[in-house]
Formats: sequence, structure tokens, C-alpha cells
Amino acid sequence: MSDIAQEIRDEKKTHVEPINYGRYVLVWLALIALTCVTAVVAGINLAAFTLVVALLIAVTKASMVVNIFMHIKVEDRIFKIFLGIAGFTILIIFTLTFMDVFFRR
Amino acid sequence: MKLSDAEQTIERTESHAEDHHDEMRGKMGMWLFLLTELLLFTGLFLMYSVYRYLNTADFHRAGLETHVLFGTVNTMVLLTSSLTMVLSIAAIQRGRKWLSVGFLSSTILLGLAFLVIKLFEWSLEIKEGLFPGSTVLLSKPNGEILFFGLYYTMTGLHGLHVVAGMIVLSFMLVFILRDKITPTDYIKLENAGLYWHLVDIIWIFLFPLFYLIN
Repeated sequence: MSDIAQEIRDEKKTHVEPINYGRYVLVWLALIALTCVTAVVAGINLAAFTLVVALLIAVTKASMVVNIFMHIKVEDRIFKIFLGIAGFTILIIFTLTFMDVFFRR
Repeated sequence: MKLSDAEQTIERTESHAEDHHDEMRGKMGMWLFLLTELLLFTGLFLMYSVYRYLNTADFHRAGLETHVLFGTVNTMVLLTSSLTMVLSIAAIQRGRKWLSVGFLSSTILLGLAFLVIKLFEWSLEIKEGLFPGSTVLLSKPNGEILFFGLYYTMTGLHGLHVVAGMIVLSFMLVFILRDKITPTDYIKLENAGLYWHLVDIIWIFLFPLFYLIN
């Protein structure tokens, strides 16, 4: 009997998502701030680093959206595995393509 | 009597667990779909990267001709729509139906605002003669032609995704109003939200690649 009660409680726990409104607003503020930063930094000439900085900021913003807005941070592990495999596949596609681009004669 | 109580509890537990599994399946299906969408855009990003590497100077020159202000404002519009999207889900979780309706409507309106801004931007560029096949563009070097081809293809396909997202979210709005989406069953709204965020994430990458080249 107590097992069943425990199970009901566990089930309930997975249904309630504890993230509150304020946390979302904070993440949004950070995203807007990063957009301003990336737009301003683009005006400064950092030579070869311009693209790297812009992409790093984009990756940071995307991971905030994925983790908080898309709830991946509090989601089951299987979803993180999904994303990991997808990311790894994309990495392989880019690496192999650029191997061809770099070394083709 | 005692036995039937226990039986009821077991039944309730099973149906509860079943609900949870249904929800998991729904969400997993949605994520797999999102990953296929991601792969679709990956192909385009790959094409962009290779052509940019091969035509660095041309991409640089062409990148100066896109309008940074439009791009920046649109980024903020889309980020804000993502915020109202999660707030709409947070509201329905807490049983605040009308608050959820309000936030969801704002999300749809912000999507519309994004498209209207895009429309102004494209009309401005078309007026400048920067559209595929125009005499102005064809007189430019190959790299610049490629840049604008990719620009219209990628932002265009993204725009179509915004339209699709708005249609899906409109259905969700109707579902909430008709109590088909409730504080205990809001998986539809959550999945629609996931799609909307994906569209936002794609824009997060399009923005620096097409607007922030100095």
C-alpha cells in the first residue's frame, strides 16, 4: 500500500514544474542583453574573432532557450541524450564537409 | 469495502502512470520532429558556411548591405514572443486560464509583428534592387549573389516556420478557450511551445550570420 502511495506522489512530482514567472523574465532579460552586446560588438573590429564571438554569443543564447524555455534542464535524461546525439551528428557533418573543403585540390 | 478501496487506488495509480507515459511519448515524438527540422536547417547552414569560406570578401561586402536595425529589433521581438510563450504555459499550469490566453495571444501578435517587420525589410531591399535575378544583383560578383540567394532562402524558410507556428498557436488558443487544454492536461500547449522556441533558436543563429558582418 505504501508503495502505491509513494508511486502516486512520485507521479505528481513529475507533473509539477517548479519554474516560476520571475525566473523566465530574468532569462529573457539576459537574452535581450546578449542581443545588445552582440550587435554592439559587431561594430568593433575584432578581425578574425568577430565571427567567433558572434557565434559564441548565439550558442549561449540558444542554450538558455533550450535549457530554461524548453525545460531540458528539468526534463528526463532521454531528452538530453536525443539532443546530444543530434549535436554530435551535426558536428560530424560539418567536420567531414570542411575536411573536403580544406583539403580538396 | 476495504478491498475495493485498494483496487480503486491501484486503478487510479495505473491510469495516472498511463497519463504520464502518454505525455512522455507525446513529448518525445515532438522532440524527434524538432530534430528533423534542425537537420533541415543544418543543411542550409552548412551551405552558408562553405560558401562563406570560399567567398569571404564577397560575403563581407554583401553583409554590409543588410539592415542591422531591422535584424536586431526582430531578434528582440522573437525573444519576447518566446517569453510570453513560456509564461502562457506557466499560467495554465497554475490554473490561470485567462492569463494563459492573454500571453498566448501576445505570442501570436509578436509573431505577426516579426513578419510585418520582415516585410518592410524585404520591400526595402527589393526597392534597392537586391533580389534574386535582379540586374543590380547580377552585376555583382558571384559571392554576393550567393549571399543574397542564401539570405532570401534561409530567412524565407524561417518566415514560413513562423507562419506555421502562428497557425499552430491559434489552434492552441481555441483549445484553451474550449477547455481542451486544462491545468491537468496541457501537453498540446507545451509541444506547440517547443516548436515556437525552435523557430526562435534558428533565428538566433540567422541573425549574426546575415546581419552582423562588419
